[in-house]
Amino acid sequence: MEGVADKQRLDRDFSELYRTHLRDVYSYAYYRIGNHHDAEDLTEQTFLQAYRHFERAQRESNGRPLRPWLIRIAHNLAANYYRDRSRRPQTQLDDASVISAPHPTEQLVEEREEVKEVLAGVSNLPDDRREALIMRFALDMDNREIARALGRSEGATKVLIHRAIKQLEQNLAEEATADE
Amino acid sequence: MSDVERVEQLLRSALRPIEPPEALTDRLERRLSELTDAAAEELADWEISAMSDPRNWGRTGAAVVVGSLAGGALIVVRARQQSKKREARGLRALERSMMDVAEQVEKRFRRS
Repeated sequence: MEGVADKQRLDRDFSELYRTHLRDVYSYAYYRIGNHHDAEDLTEQTFLQAYRHFERAQRESNGRPLRPWLIRIAHNLAANYYRDRSRRPQTQLDDASVISAPHPTEQLVEEREEVKEVLAGVSNLPDDRREALIMRFALDMDNREIARALGRSEGATKVLIHRAIKQLEQNLAEEATADE
Repeated sequence: MSDVERVEQLLRSALRPIEPPEALTDRLERRLSELTDAAAEELADWEISAMSDPRNWGRTGAAVVVGSLAGGALIVVRARQQSKKREARGLRALERSMMDVAEQVEKRFRRS
């Protein structure tokens, strides 16, 4: 009956993984791809693929969290998506980012503009930098998780994120200067 | 606040987590259910063909149990769909779903 108990546990664990990380996968897919339609497809494919390989992933994880593995599947599928369709990410601010706290209208407009600029800046970064920022800020992943998802060392990941933020900061500063 | 901290703050505002649309969760849960259904049917087909050989009778019994449990994942997902419609997500809903699952699995055992 050991096999039966294993199967039961496996199914329960997969349901838990799905329930816990659906929002993470969808958020990653949306910010990576830039539109809801394709983000839905990518999320669906990610979980279907995860389901097929879940037993092995769990066996090889040695008890470590499986979120990086799940995001890595989404990352690989997104890479195929761009390769197949030769597309670059789009940014649809209105659907993606809503500033919910009450603000005076003028401040709200200003913040929306800033958010729009940041999203545009993120989408113009090189792929690896953009992905690292999405994982850090949209998914709240730590360096270790991001490193596992990207297949890099923790040190290299820390440098990658630092450089991504510096590049974005520089780009935003240049745009601000150009606007003046 | 330094420039880097300012950019980090902007990134947190810009890259907020996004809730998946209801249509996606429904579709995805349906697909996952279909997959577990297919696994259960595959086992059921194997059971029928294996029944003709007495050497497989012991294994067939085990396969019936496994088949019942393959459907278990399907029930987990369906139970969640039902409970999601009834009430807000949360631990209570999950607990109730798991009780539904146990009940359904027990029924399947009894049937097989």
